[in-house]
Amino acid sequence: MTPAGPACFHCGEPIPAGLVIHARVGTADEPVCCHGCKAVAEFIAGAGLGDYYRYRDQAAARADEAARPDQWAAYDRPELVERLTRPEPGNARSITVLLEGMRCSACGWLADQALRQQPGLRDASINPATARARLVWDPAAVRLGDLLRVLEHVGLRPHPLAGDAAGQLALVERRTALKRLAVAGFGMMQVMMFAVPLYIGATSGMDPGIRELLRLVSMLVSVPVALYSGWPFYEGAWQALRARGINMDVPVSLGIVLAFAASVWNALTGHGDVYFDSVTMFVFFLSLGRYVEMTARHRSGSVADALARLAPVTARRVHGVDVEDVQAAELQPADEILVRTGEVFAADGVVVEGNGRADESMLTGESTAVAKGPGATVNAGTQNLGAPLRVRVTAVADQTVLAGIVSLLERAQAEKPRLARAADRAASWFLGRILVGAAVVFAVWWFVDPSRAFSATLAVLVVTCPCALSLATPAAIASATAALARRGVLVAHADALEALAKADHVLWDKTGTLTRGLVRIEEVRPLTGVAETRCLELAAALERMSEHPIAKAFLTPGAAAAVATDVEVHAGLGIEGTVEGRRLRIGRPAFAAALGQPATTPDQPATTLGLFHGESWVCLGDERGLVAGFRLTDPLRAEAATCVGELQRLGLQSEIVSGDEEASVARIAARCGVERHAARLTPDAKLARVKELQAAGSVVVAIGDGINDAPLLRGADAAVAMGRGSALAQTSAGMILVRDSLDELPHAVELARRTQRIVRQNLVWAIVYNLAALPVAAFGLVPPWLAAIGMAVSSIAVVLNSMRLSQGGGDRRNTGWSLQAPVEDS
Amino acid sequence: MSIVYLLIPLGLVLVGIGLWAFFWAVGNGQFDDLDSPGWSVLSDDEGPPTRPADVTSHDTKEQD
Repeated sequence: MTPAGPACFHCGEPIPAGLVIHARVGTADEPVCCHGCKAVAEFIAGAGLGDYYRYRDQAAARADEAARPDQWAAYDRPELVERLTRPEPGNARSITVLLEGMRCSACGWLADQALRQQPGLRDASINPATARARLVWDPAAVRLGDLLRVLEHVGLRPHPLAGDAAGQLALVERRTALKRLAVAGFGMMQVMMFAVPLYIGATSGMDPGIRELLRLVSMLVSVPVALYSGWPFYEGAWQALRARGINMDVPVSLGIVLAFAASVWNALTGHGDVYFDSVTMFVFFLSLGRYVEMTARHRSGSVADALARLAPVTARRVHGVDVEDVQAAELQPADEILVRTGEVFAADGVVVEGNGRADESMLTGESTAVAKGPGATVNAGTQNLGAPLRVRVTAVADQTVLAGIVSLLERAQAEKPRLARAADRAASWFLGRILVGAAVVFAVWWFVDPSRAFSATLAVLVVTCPCALSLATPAAIASATAALARRGVLVAHADALEALAKADHVLWDKTGTLTRGLVRIEEVRPLTGVAETRCLELAAALERMSEHPIAKAFLTPGAAAAVATDVEVHAGLGIEGTVEGRRLRIGRPAFAAALGQPATTPDQPATTLGLFHGESWVCLGDERGLVAGFRLTDPLRAEAATCVGELQRLGLQSEIVSGDEEASVARIAARCGVERHAARLTPDAKLARVKELQAAGSVVVAIGDGINDAPLLRGADAAVAMGRGSALAQTSAGMILVRDSLDELPHAVELARRTQRIVRQNLVWAIVYNLAALPVAAFGLVPPWLAAIGMAVSSIAVVLNSMRLSQGGGDRRNTGWSLQAPVEDS
Repeated sequence: MSIVYLLIPLGLVLVGIGLWAFFWAVGNGQFDDLDSPGWSVLSDDEGPPTRPADVTSHDTKEQD
């Protein structure tokens, strides 16, 4: 990231022109972009953790400045904590929390160091790969709320996970996969060690006793590899067969079982050859490919995590006149909860009292807030933008509409990649031919020379073992995934790679994707001679009461400022309140001006209003008319234009689809060099545009960040989400730009194309090898040991060819969680 | 050459021990996070310079 101006020391965002805030870090004053970042940077430095800034490799999340109500208060109550956490030996308690904003290992280090300074903390294990921390503490010495506050102070927002079933599942899956991989690896190395003397002995003579020993020992070592490490393949094959289908696991299992069974038979009878080396190697490489794939999948974050981030952690339960803070998970249907302005609903429910407005854009894509009066239904995860509401809970946790959407996504995510399905089809076609061929060979030899029938048939089966064929695609994908991960591009679904390689259209979201997604004040225009800083101070006092994204822009400069009272939030229009005895309004120009002429439409200050037409203006007004105007912009990403240009060079047409106003979309399009753009599109219309392009035969890449981009991302052939985008967008996407920068996108396209080429080479090689070897083996000219070597060499050739993808392309920067390539170059 | 009759089984026993140790380590969570321990090494040398005494006592507490 190379922002134009000076960049914030903490979060790396450009510092607004004219703003001077310094954070004292060690002995130096470092420039920061806002008071939130100043607070975090000084907290980190003050706690002696300044090393974080030297070791991190990605900028931190921008600290949110708006003072949040202390939501951790609920965690200071012992009885709530008791229910949420697990007991540990020595009167300690433990809990798992999901950390939002965990970007690299340095973040994990930072959280660990900050937590360790708390008295009463017994243990904190932080895993940056899954963004989870397990805390063990002594409730007598420290409160859970304090630990959570520390985490939030260092910029990692904690989300306590009550059961964390998904996390446990992922952990078990990872550990089991590692064990299976280790057994296969150990076994492979041992068997290779025994196989070499056997191969040499076959030509230069060997003591029969030693030969027997080596064969039996190889068998012994191969048994756990074939049975334990190979188990997932048998399981997959069995499931496919039971569903009357054939997938890649079927030929793989058949290859393993046949070669293994024949070898065991030969080892026990002492005749013929053994292929334990091929079996173990085959199992090892396939397991390694699956392990890499699994690691990427876990890293991309589960949908359950997304849900945990969307729904609030605590709620305010109402008992008659009492209001108590409770954990959202504790809510029961028929409970009543109080949801204040700006808060997120913790459960589905019906409004009992109050007239509010709910921002339901995350569910419906509708960007304007919906009025909610008594009797109206509200949904968990949506935000109350209007007056406080009392809500009777109707559904909680996984019964909510939100959870339903999330589980839908989860199911879509679990679908098998198209690339793998194509490989499955090819393999089943191939497998059928091989089995028929082997049967024919056996039958013919049976009539010609029954004694050689078995060895010739085995040679055919081994030589044509679809190892190379079945490794062709996964090896290349694993290699490309690892190479992209090192560059900060996370491939969550292998399909995305294929689609990205073939894509010819890119649909961009504007806000948060081409732009930084952070609204800033570009210009202040005072009208009545009031000083700029004074205008900003008054505006900030009002905006502090709002949770609207625009409000954050005002909270940047003067933090210590006036306080607003009697605040009324008019959803979609603005805010009204009293600051230092003056009645003020901030919001849309017409709304702000209307305070001066309460009864009539504001045609009188039409000339003044005209000043604020067309662009994104927000105005401040008092009872005498408009006081000032603020022009807001969302700065373009520094790398956006280059990225669009690079993609153009690669043959991808760019187009902006935005929900924003025509004028601002057109401006951004012109500055990025994008020819086509469409403004004021609803999420449905964005999706329709994707379908339209697809119907015309285009392969479409969509890039977005917001919850309202989720339909667009799901509809596109390849979906790319920004690293700082919403969790829902990320789960809908096949790829995530972890560094939140567009820089790597053209590289990703190039690498995806190279991957396609490598896959094709691998497939051609595997098929040519099989076709060439088949007749030779069928005529009984290949002794099975030679067939085994041929099989091994063809597989190694595929793996080595795939590894070319992970070399040369990667850069030096370590993202902290880079994946290993399938095999280390030796 | 008959020494291989002893050495090969011995090698297998060693492999078995290695594998057992690996399984134990996996089960113990040693492989759950392969990234951040690298950072903790860096921090040991340069603890918070403001309160060195505090840090050493804290560290020893962690050891036992």
